[in-house]
Formats: sequence, C-alpha cells, structure tokens
Amino acid sequence: MSPSGAEVIRQIKQQVQEVDPAEVSEHLGDGVTLIDVRESDEWDRGHIPGAVHVPRSYLESRIEGVISDRDRRVVLYCASGQRSALAAHTLSGLLGYTDVASMTGGITLWKDRGYKVDVPKVLSREQKERYGRHLLLPEVGPEGQAKLLDAKVLLLGAGGLGSPTALYLAAAGVGTLGIVDDDEVDLSNLQRQVIHTTKTVGTPKVDSAEAAIGALNPDVEVVKYPVRLDASNIMGIIDGYDVIVDGVDNFPTRYLLNDATVRVGIPVVSASILGFDGQLAVFAPDDGPCYRCLYPVPPPAELAPSCGANGVLGVLPGTMGLLQATEVVKLVVGIGEPLIGRLLLYEALSATFTELKVRRDPHCPICSRDPAEIADEEMGVFPDYEAFCVAAG
Amino acid sequence: MALIKIPPVLRSSVGGEKEVRADGGDVGTILCALAEQHPDTRAQLFGADGSLNRYVNVYLNDEDVRVLDGLDTTVREGDTVVILPAMAGGSR
Repeated sequence: MSPSGAEVIRQIKQQVQEVDPAEVSEHLGDGVTLIDVRESDEWDRGHIPGAVHVPRSYLESRIEGVISDRDRRVVLYCASGQRSALAAHTLSGLLGYTDVASMTGGITLWKDRGYKVDVPKVLSREQKERYGRHLLLPEVGPEGQAKLLDAKVLLLGAGGLGSPTALYLAAAGVGTLGIVDDDEVDLSNLQRQVIHTTKTVGTPKVDSAEAAIGALNPDVEVVKYPVRLDASNIMGIIDGYDVIVDGVDNFPTRYLLNDATVRVGIPVVSASILGFDGQLAVFAPDDGPCYRCLYPVPPPAELAPSCGANGVLGVLPGTMGLLQATEVVKLVVGIGEPLIGRLLLYEALSATFTELKVRRDPHCPICSRDPAEIADEEMGVFPDYEAFCVAAG
Repeated sequence: MALIKIPPVLRSSVGGEKEVRADGGDVGTILCALAEQHPDTRAQLFGADGSLNRYVNVYLNDEDVRVLDGLDTTVREGDTVVILPAMAGGSR
C-alpha cells in the first residue's frame, strides 16, 4: 500500500536537517542564505528580513540564480515547516546542495517568538497597472516601486527646472513631493515652466504645482512651502527628506543648501542653466564632493547672471530637469551609477555633453569636517558674502 | 595648440565664440595667450596678483588643474582646456 502524504512528509522531515528559529535569528546575514518558499501572497503579508523569495513551485528553476555556490549554508522556511522540509529535501537530494536546513515551525513560530517580520508595501491593482512599465524593469520591479512610493523628495523651486522634475517624479510615483517656492505664476514663466498653465497665472506656484500633480497622480502627497528658503527655516524644511532637488536661482541659497545638507547627510541633485548651457551634478555627503568642493567661492555678480536677465531656451530646463529627475529615481531605487564626483555639461546648440571630474577637497571648509560641528551661523556664508549680496541686490 | 572651451558668461569677451584655440605648453601660458587675444577675459580669469581667480575652475580634458599642477600643468597637442565658472540659474 502506498504511504499517505502525511507519512511521506514525516519521513522526509526525518531526513532533512531542521533548525530552530532562535538559531536562524542568531545567524541572520552571517554567511547564510535564507529562502522563503511560500507563495507570493504569503510573502506579501510579511517575511523574515533579509530573506529571498523563491516559491517552492519555482525552486528547481530559480535556485541557481539565487545561490550558485552549492556548498553555501541555506536555510529554508515556509508557514509551518512542512513545505520547507520538502524543498530542503529537493535541494540536497536532487540538486546537490550540501548544507541545507529547514526552519522548524516556519514563520508562524518565528512570529510567536517575537522576531521581526518585514511587511512589504503591496501595490493595489490600480498601482500595478499605473506603474506596470516600472514593474517590468528588473532594475525597478515591485521593490523599487515601493521605494519610490515611500520616498520623500524636496524640490527647491517649482520653476524652470522644478516643473519637469516634479511632473516626472509624480508620474514615477514618488510618494511625497515637497515644494519650496514663494513665487506666483507669471505669463512669462509658461515658456518653460510646464507644470503651470495659463489658467493658473497669478496664483501661487505651490498651489498651481499641487493641482497639476494631483491631476496626474493621486498617489503623491504634496507638501507646500510658500516661502523663500533661508537660514532661519532651512533646517526645519529639509528635515526628513531623502533627496533634495536643487534648481535655485542664486548662489547664497546654493551654499546655504549645501552646508545644511552636508550637516544632516541628505544627497542633493543639483542643476543650473543659462542660455543654451546646463550643468548637472549629484552631491552626496560622505560618498563624494560637495558643492563647495566644486565651487569654493561664487563668481562676482557681473559674472553670475540670472536667466531672467539673460534669457534661456525654454526646452533647456526641461532637458536638465529630467536629467535631475532621472538621478533622483536612481538614488531612491538604488540603481545605476549616480552622477557623484562628476559634473555633466550640456550645450544645446552644438548638442554636446562634456563630463568633468569633481574631486573631494580635503580642505573643504564644510565637508572635510565632522558634520555635527557645522554651526548655524556659518551655514551659507562664503568669503565676501556681504559684498556679493549687496552687488547682487 | 590647445582648444579652449569658453563658458557662456565669457563668450561676449571672445566675440561670441564657444571655443577658441591658443598656443602654449602649460595651462597658465595658454590662458595668458587667451587674455592676450581677448583682453576682456583677463580681469575675469586673473586677479591683480596674476593668479587664477578662485571662482574660475579650469580643467585639462576632464581633470581639475587644481589636482594636477595648477597653472603649470603641461598641455599637449590636442588637449582641451575647459574654463568653468559656477552658474546659478534655475528656478525663476
């Protein structure tokens, strides 16, 4: 007579090595690969931090992609310890893995013991459709999309650079977009500031931007700061943001932003534009140079004209703003090679990109120091600061 | 002979050109040659003591000359010198 299913499971459990959750918890991330063999809906309801999801039904076809070294220590778990025992039997018996164990009691016992469980953000059916093209990219996928939905990005300015950046970050599903801008929409803005419309001329830019973002993607929460960023409010405004997008139009604010973000360790995606030329760089505290390493002092006012006075090709802030948005998405999802330690120059008329190296200055007055030592009164200050501001009006 | 890339704010000082050529075996000589050809650039590049203004970055190809030999950095035939002052335009 053939044995019952229960009998087969009992026999297999006797043949495989079993480990207690206490031992798994102790050795988590310790040269051990932890595999969750349950179904996707079970994984989505919560899993052990650091575990890799390989459903038992895909075990044979996917395991080598996760663990190529057959002598590596592998611990499998499921809900109660049965499916993981069967999977362990397959790995050791059929696939030649030499050090395989199944966790006793599965995640049920793990939870009962009070160990930590990660509950991933689960996308709604509508979100799966909206972000479908991201989900198809292995580099983004559901986990990358969840990071975007959890991300808080602060935009300095809803102007030329901030407009396209805000629209594309909203479309990408960045969960929180802070916008700092004390200006109102002017008809002359609409040649390049595509988040605003003819109907919103005369209204605050933060309100106009909020309406456009809300119409594009209701997943996005907009936090409005209808103020001008200065030393008195910067620490409160930037607090809690993951990435800051800098498109401000003056040097004192750029230096202030640099010093404040180095102090609290927030990366800044920085761009500037003039005429047909754009510059782009990512300043990531600890990982690369800061703005002051690149530009120790600002140029005198006559060499630092603003776009308002000198004109700018309307498409240019779109190009540079979208390069900023791309860098933001890369930083949030954690993919690719961010533009850290590099400065990208774009010249629209000749359609050329030039890349320059930016080195960390070992004598930088800000980023070479312990960030905690950067005092309020020195933030945003540079040599000849007073004269600069008087000349700049 | 090296190619010098001129930033937007200096183009009016060189007749609107984006690139100019100048002779010299090192960065300092080439920038002086530029200032000879286009005197309006001198005050923007150099301070009263003849040193490069701190707000002007100069790159040989893709490397900042500050981490090379500064104005003494050797320039070879076919090299590109990039002059780069900071820009702040963006928001408004």
